[in-house]
Amino acid sequence: MSEPVTALGGAQFTGTTTVTEAALTGMITLRGDLSAAKLKKAAKDATGLTLPSQGHIAQKGDAAIAWMSPDEVLLLCPYDRVGATVAAMSETLGDSFAMVVDVSDARAMFTLSGDATAVLSKLAPVDVSDAAFPPGTFRRTRLAQVAAAFWRAEDDTYHVICFRSVAQYVFDILKNAAQPR
Amino acid sequence: MSTRLATGGRLIDRCTTLKFRFNGKLMRGFAGDTLASALLANDQMLVGRSFKYHRPRGIVASGPEEPNALVNLGEEGTFEPNQRATTTELFRELQATSQNHWPMLEFDIGALNAKLSRFMPAGFYYKTFLYPRHFWKYLYEPFIRQAAGLGKAPKARDADSYEHSYAFCDVLIIGGGIAGLTAARAAAQTGARVMVLEQTAHWGGRAPVDGGTVDDTPVDKVVDSLIAELSAMDNVTLLNRCMGAGVYDHGYVLGYERLRDHAPDAPGPRHRLWRIRAAQIVTATGAIERPLSFAGNDIPGVMLASAVRDYITNFAVSPGDRTVVVTNNDDAYRTAIAVKNTGLDVPAIIDARPEGAPGPLATEAEAQGIRILRGKAIAKVHGTQRVTGITLCAQAGAGAPLEEIACDAVAMSGGWSPVVHLWSHCGGKLTWDDTQACFRPDVDKAPIGADGIANHRPAGAANGHLHMSTLMADAHTAGQAAAKASGFKPKTGAAPAGASLDEAPLMPVWRMPQGAAQDLRAKSWLDFQNDVKVSDVELAAQEGFESVEHAKRYTTLGMATDQGKLSNINGLAILSDALGQPIPQTGTTTFRPPYTPISMGAIAGEGRGDIFQPLRRTPLHDWHDANGAHWEPVGHWRRPYAYVRSGEKLHDAVMRETKNVRENLGLLDASTLGKLLVKGPDAGRFLDMLYTNMMSTLKPGKCRYGLMCNENGFLMDDGVVARIDDDTWLCHTTTGGADHIHQHMEEWLQTEWWDWKVHVANLTEHYAQIAVVGPHARDVLEKLGGMDVSAGSLGFMDWKDGTLGGIDVRAYRISFSGELSYEIAVKASQGRALWDALIDAGQEFGVMPYGTEALHILRAEKGFIMIGDETDGTIIPQDLNLNWAISKKKEDFLGKRAQERTHLADPTRWKLVGLETVDGSTIPDGSYIPADGTNANGQSNLQGRVTSTYHSPNLGRGIAMALVADGPARMGETLMIPEPSGVTRYAKIVSPVFYDPEGEKQNV
Repeated sequence: MSEPVTALGGAQFTGTTTVTEAALTGMITLRGDLSAAKLKKAAKDATGLTLPSQGHIAQKGDAAIAWMSPDEVLLLCPYDRVGATVAAMSETLGDSFAMVVDVSDARAMFTLSGDATAVLSKLAPVDVSDAAFPPGTFRRTRLAQVAAAFWRAEDDTYHVICFRSVAQYVFDILKNAAQPR
Repeated sequence: MSTRLATGGRLIDRCTTLKFRFNGKLMRGFAGDTLASALLANDQMLVGRSFKYHRPRGIVASGPEEPNALVNLGEEGTFEPNQRATTTELFRELQATSQNHWPMLEFDIGALNAKLSRFMPAGFYYKTFLYPRHFWKYLYEPFIRQAAGLGKAPKARDADSYEHSYAFCDVLIIGGGIAGLTAARAAAQTGARVMVLEQTAHWGGRAPVDGGTVDDTPVDKVVDSLIAELSAMDNVTLLNRCMGAGVYDHGYVLGYERLRDHAPDAPGPRHRLWRIRAAQIVTATGAIERPLSFAGNDIPGVMLASAVRDYITNFAVSPGDRTVVVTNNDDAYRTAIAVKNTGLDVPAIIDARPEGAPGPLATEAEAQGIRILRGKAIAKVHGTQRVTGITLCAQAGAGAPLEEIACDAVAMSGGWSPVVHLWSHCGGKLTWDDTQACFRPDVDKAPIGADGIANHRPAGAANGHLHMSTLMADAHTAGQAAAKASGFKPKTGAAPAGASLDEAPLMPVWRMPQGAAQDLRAKSWLDFQNDVKVSDVELAAQEGFESVEHAKRYTTLGMATDQGKLSNINGLAILSDALGQPIPQTGTTTFRPPYTPISMGAIAGEGRGDIFQPLRRTPLHDWHDANGAHWEPVGHWRRPYAYVRSGEKLHDAVMRETKNVRENLGLLDASTLGKLLVKGPDAGRFLDMLYTNMMSTLKPGKCRYGLMCNENGFLMDDGVVARIDDDTWLCHTTTGGADHIHQHMEEWLQTEWWDWKVHVANLTEHYAQIAVVGPHARDVLEKLGGMDVSAGSLGFMDWKDGTLGGIDVRAYRISFSGELSYEIAVKASQGRALWDALIDAGQEFGVMPYGTEALHILRAEKGFIMIGDETDGTIIPQDLNLNWAISKKKEDFLGKRAQERTHLADPTRWKLVGLETVDGSTIPDGSYIPADGTNANGQSNLQGRVTSTYHSPNLGRGIAMALVADGPARMGETLMIPEPSGVTRYAKIVSPVFYDPEGEKQNV
């Protein structure tokens, strides 16, 4: 059994902000009726969290639920617990019309610490001012030319998720935007 | 001559001298100079040549409206053509060269064009280069291309970097003059988030030069205190050197910030493109002075009156020792007074207006002893490379000379035009102001936002309020109204009260003198850069180009790099006059962004070099790169075309890999294939609609090849579908089709079958997928061990989950090569580990990785189609003899009805066959197969075309697939395939399955 690896092996760059490729994170796509009791229970059992409202992420420890679309949320959990979590959620959901699927390996994740607002505002058409984007805000958007999502975990910490195949591109554009001038 | 004055200059720092070069000549300026002011300070009035006639051109203006002073700036990696000297801030070691002349600025061969000008009227090109027709390609077009363009295109790679920046605000103010700052203050006081864009390096616009007071304080002091106040507010962002370039839908505005054009050695990006979403927009873009149209108004030394006083007041540069002022309004008197105050001579103010009550400005000018000639005009200007004098005449007449006045500069003013460009970009309408003879924004027909309500307000001079008396109140109100419209509550309290000297009304003067004779009109310039004269516009009207848009294109009026900022209003006034209709009836041409040209670098932003475009990498990318991959772009992916070994040619590598798959063992990185998970109670029904064959009957654990057509019946994608469980299927798509098919599925689910219970997830990147192919495929998997991959346990078209070498995998027993083949899906994070294990374990079996070209050859040997080769968006499955994959049982599927239409059901459609060249050679890609006779265009009739063609190393000959009329019925027939080179090949029609037609090898 070989150890799973991230796309960039934990690459890091420090400029006006520090960009770090995060370790593998469990990511589970949950689609279905977000108001259904079974779905809410499955998500709650998996993370201990209730579903966030549109444009937000609920987070506690290493678990989180991010609002993706009117019928989709993304659950975060430790990478090594994905299999068990997916199985438990599927069990809870039973035959209700919903999809639970592991997408952990389809993604790459970066953590931005320091003055990330200036970096993100060069790449994403998103208002990341304190008033419009306080901690707990989550946005699906694009970074330059690729799809991405990011949220503000704390005042000076953002997390960015993108597809694994463009991890190098996203790292490079974040690095470029964080060049000290 | 033009020169630096001993004192004054509010923007220059005399302590800091900057050396620069113009056409190689060393010159000196001061920090704070523009290139234009520095050139004038060095008595360099002649700065370029016009486009058509190569006339000598001098500096006319002091801002972005400048049509003449365009230079090549910089060298090599910083070279940029067509840079306006008036908006270029001087820096140390600046290098500029003038444009559009040969061999030199002062003596230009192209100036002969001017001598021929009467043979080069409006529409010259259209009229001249029509006949004989064949001259166009070899003579006319090369000639015109040679002559076209002022500056040279840069050749070296741009040495600078650029970036974009997104911004959001409640109120965006475009223009940092007194009106913009006043509006910004009014808006910011409400708490609204305000951004202010100012195109120059300085705040306050014209006000500090033109004077006036606000609440009895001099306006330059007011500007300073406004900036201090706004800078201290958290909700205000002030950006200077940042032009509002364009206004687009729903409050989207582009700002063009020039971060270090003035300081090339500073670090960081050169330009920043601001992409701003504003709830409300205020354009406080000021006004631009109009030239007057008199003979010789293009001779260097003739300048806008406002520019003359800008150069004096801002830069302490006098354009001439003797400056004649010619005007139709009071404002230009300010210039005469400013010149006089420097101690230089103003021989006369020539005022086209008849005698009338003089305003305070005229009274002051008269008191300073300036001669004022009322009801008079300039008949013509004398001089070639520099003004030497003028001939005076009556404005009312045809130009009979009254007097000669010697001078070396002429300051002209035809009144002011509000800058309505940004107001107009997104649909704001204009209204004609008869009193001021200008178009101004029609505030009742403003651009609207997403809610259908006006989101844009003009303020100050841009709104036609050209005088301080009404400007301040207008700007204050606009700022408050914008804040209110974006949900904030304006403070009560009086607007600041502006005051300036009263001015007598102007008199519209479109031609000078009024009845100018033809020879004068043919020397009266409208467009200085493109050489369009009064007589050209009149000729256009006479020849029937009555629409302003037609006249513009016919004469090229306003089509130069300055986009007619000085010429448009004068030109359309002349056109109106020629057509005998009022100006508003003629209207304006369309104002389009950007306001002035912006750099290509700013548009590209960060997208260059390694991050020009996203590159998609599979988890095995680095291995490929380290092992000789010759890359092939497939969408944004890079896939190995072949792995070239040292000393090997690309073709040899392809041949080696192709043979090795059939003889030993090949590994292919198939990670890029689309993998769409389709789940739900209606998933089977949904897939039956999407695929031409039946997917709902597939048993869990089984795979089936499927075809997908669009609603027009054309084949769009293919791939293997695996049924995972009762309500879950995994659909493989082509590499290029993954995103598109995902969207296709979502579209049908969201728009047509919204009540079907199906979810789709794109798992393409969650898995690395490795094809293990060849006679030793099973051997290597068994060597890794962990799951039973025997024929009995994992038969052809089966799949199952298990482990290989300790790694969790899903193994599909599918084949795109006709060999024994498994595709192994593994989580992306362990893709590389599995690949390494396979390479390791495969050594004893002769393992080699193979690329996409070997993949192509292998599939072609088997007659398997490839989306994009055998299909091109006009091909239906029936054309490819894929009827077996089209369900006859299903009531419906996407494309079914379309395929029943006459043309698609036509039995004479070209159909897929194989071709074998008689001599074993390989047919070139894209070859056509001609038929007898010719079509209506005299071209050869066709009976088919080649869709795929390769040299097959396994068969030792060229093989091809082709679509041929009635092909399958013509087996054994020989076709002639000519090549453009003159070679003709002969090929026999055969079955497209060249290799192992019984399919025994894949099913072992």
